Amino acid sequence: MAFKISSQGEVTVVDVDGQLIVGNRQELKQKVLDELEEGRRKFLVDFTDTGYIDSSGLGVLVSLSKKVREQGGELRLSSLNEDLRTLFELTKLDTLFRIADSRDEGLASF
Amino acid sequence: MQRQLVFELPNDLQCIEETVEFVVSRCSTCEEVARKLRVNFRVSLAEALTNAMIYGNGSDPSKRVRVEIFLYTCSLTARITDEGTGFDPHRIPDPTTPRNVKKVGGRGLFLMRNLMDEVRYNDRGNSVTLVLNLPSSERLSREASA
Repeated sequence: MAFKISSQGEVTVVDVDGQLIVGNRQELKQKVLDELEEGRRKFLVDFTDTGYIDSSGLGVLVSLSKKVREQGGELRLSSLNEDLRTLFELTKLDTLFRIADSRDEGLASF
Repeated sequence: MQRQLVFELPNDLQCIEETVEFVVSRCSTCEEVARKLRVNFRVSLAEALTNAMIYGNGSDPSKRVRVEIFLYTCSLTARITDEGTGFDPHRIPDPTTPRNVKKVGGRGLFLMRNLMDEVRYNDRGNSVTLVLNLPSSERLSREASA
């Protein structure tokens, strides 16, 4: 599992490779907060290569979204497969996040 | 019963991912079963282990979590037991209300209940049983040949 951070213009893209779960949520949180501290404000978390997300993983996304918004930025999501989208719909988190079908669509949305 | 797995884990959150993959790899009997295991069972088992380690055992590294997996022809059952005093699963608020949806936590039990076919606790509240109904191989064969 790994979180890869890259920049696409003004947007910081975070690729979630593997699982986003209780065992690694702090790693993701720290990486995004580090970027936020460096002045980055637009974040796209891409789930193309993600297996599953547990409630801790969903929780850290909610927490980060709040922190980014407090700094005047925005955190958006992209490339959720059908299973992952179901998790967001079940928990109604699809109403809280702007979710793009693809990474390119997510980048273009900023 | 086709298969049974029983083992204990140290109270360490870093064990969860590997444990989930270990169990799934031994229960995936066909493509249709694998699809249901892919997210529903993985997430629910991870939630149950997390709850057992953090809330049940209070993150105490000296405590352990017992994992029992029973694979039947038509269902997969996982029983997760911690060493805690238990809790009342009826007192968990709905995380999807407009007020609660913005909260960071409180979705674990909700996900288990929605992703599994059955979730039940023992009277003490320190052991959860998750049941996932699986399409039987006979039914799949019938559907495939129809």
